[in-house]
Amino acid sequence: MTGLTGPREAVLSVEHLSMRFGGLLAVDDLSFEVFRGDITALIGPNGAGKTTVFNCITGFYKPTEGRLTLAHADGARHLLERLPNHAVNRRARVARTFQNIRLFSGMTVLENLLVAQHAPLMRASGFTVLGLLGLGGYRAAERAAIERARLWLERIGLTARADDPAGDLPYGAQRRLEIARAMCTEPVLLCLDEPAAGLNPRESAELTELLRRIRDDGTSVLLIEHDMSVVMEISDHVVVLDYGVKIADGTPGAVRADPRVVAAYLGVEDEEVEAVEAEVGLVLPNAEAGA
Amino acid sequence: MDVFVQQLINGLTLGAIYGLIAIGYTMVFGIIGMVNFAHGDVFMVSTFIALIGFLILTTWLGIASVPLALIVVLLVTMPLTALWGWAIERVAYRPLRGSFRLAPLISAIGVSIFLSNFVQVAQGARNKPTPPMLNGGFTLFERDGYAVTLSYKQCLIMAVTVILLAGFWYLVQRTAFGRAQRACEQDRRMAALLGIDVDRTISLTFVLGAALAAVAGVLYLLYYGVVSFSDGFVPGVKAFTAAVLGGIGSLPGAVLGGLIIGLIETFWSAYFSIEYKDVAAFSILAIVLIFMPSGILGRAEVEKV
Repeated sequence: MTGLTGPREAVLSVEHLSMRFGGLLAVDDLSFEVFRGDITALIGPNGAGKTTVFNCITGFYKPTEGRLTLAHADGARHLLERLPNHAVNRRARVARTFQNIRLFSGMTVLENLLVAQHAPLMRASGFTVLGLLGLGGYRAAERAAIERARLWLERIGLTARADDPAGDLPYGAQRRLEIARAMCTEPVLLCLDEPAAGLNPRESAELTELLRRIRDDGTSVLLIEHDMSVVMEISDHVVVLDYGVKIADGTPGAVRADPRVVAAYLGVEDEEVEAVEAEVGLVLPNAEAGA
Repeated sequence: MDVFVQQLINGLTLGAIYGLIAIGYTMVFGIIGMVNFAHGDVFMVSTFIALIGFLILTTWLGIASVPLALIVVLLVTMPLTALWGWAIERVAYRPLRGSFRLAPLISAIGVSIFLSNFVQVAQGARNKPTPPMLNGGFTLFERDGYAVTLSYKQCLIMAVTVILLAGFWYLVQRTAFGRAQRACEQDRRMAALLGIDVDRTISLTFVLGAALAAVAGVLYLLYYGVVSFSDGFVPGVKAFTAAVLGGIGSLPGAVLGGLIIGLIETFWSAYFSIEYKDVAAFSILAIVLIFMPSGILGRAEVEKV
């Protein structure tokens, strides 16, 4: 665990993010940071606004207010709320998966991984024209793309099924393939919306392993997850939302001991929070309590 | 038997032209779920571009070689028509993306009316003939004074269609552009999140559809030798029918549908009455759709619950 020691560089800074749908304030003045090289978990009860935050990050929603800055290691900065959809991935290098599986089910497993490498292939093929004529660096680029796809197939254990339609894979394999596909876009930040949902314990353990490896290879991970055992096991940093407001932010241990988090999860009334806080002897929300 | 073979040849030729137009309908429907009613008129515009091209080449420049003229006309008509297709998408459909479903459909009907009226005003309402080109053909066999012939035009139409379809199949199945196009068909938002420029992919789809319609337009002009501003409508509707019949969204389906419509039309004209040929074609469409709602090669949409 990296812990919260020393100044660290943020890969994603969310500043004063608000998202309003008509009369509903889904996200209310939210600020947090995702540090480079961390696995950061965004947790909270149902309807807390976690997926809304993801949708703002990946350009599905234009935030009502606030700023989302993505910083590359070379110092380049991208304001995500101003980028069109495809540029969030292509230029800012953010990739994401969804709660429900969104593979291209009619395409083969390999094709799913190649689609994710579309932008470099298009450039190399001179926007198809040179590629059709067999000129330019297209062949080399295509070989490199297939090579990268092979590498990921090996990592997720699907090499044998490369030419099967993606829709025919079992559920757990589809989840892994989605992550591999996102990784084929070479993201700086990988956003995963409930990657462990519906996985059995063995698949869940495989997923944990895969995410650690992705982090260790240099991609920062931001994930929404309900399975607390997964969150506590792999996260370096946890941000807790409730009703669109951040109620805790810190290491898994600190967050777990935070009475407001306990209250949010156990459903304690607002008036009782103070009583609960007094019982636990709360002083600081970010204190390194517990663990 | 003789009449049958002759009608088979005629039907396949007509079907090939319908198939080329139908691909434009089916691709656009596949990627943005919209029926591009202006596509028939884009085809009609291409016949006029081809006509003007032929006249300039033959009368002004005095090029006597028909194959050379044909190739030049094809090379000029395809990009010009593609430009029309691109512009129509840019001006009339893209601003309405994300609007309610009927909006682009109404816009398409508007574009269709605009194009046919524009050509009517610019080129006149009368039929425009071209001098007969590429006459003659092979006599396959002759019996009782009835000769079954395969004209050079028919050979050319079928050959061009087969070559284009093979190239097109390769483009869609084997290239990065084709993969992006299929990805956009299945899930546009996900495709965008993987770095695919969805707007550009849609534009290219319109460009390709229009280019294929242009090939159909040149072949149509060559085959019939006469065009008019209203020629977009009936072939357009027939090609749309072909796309639906074959299973809209499916490329092989569009070609198969085109061939079936072409065959029904010619056989009905030969054996029954020529006046009712369109009634026959559309009746078959209605019957097929009642028993196979997703068309012959279309995949049934299964909604996950």
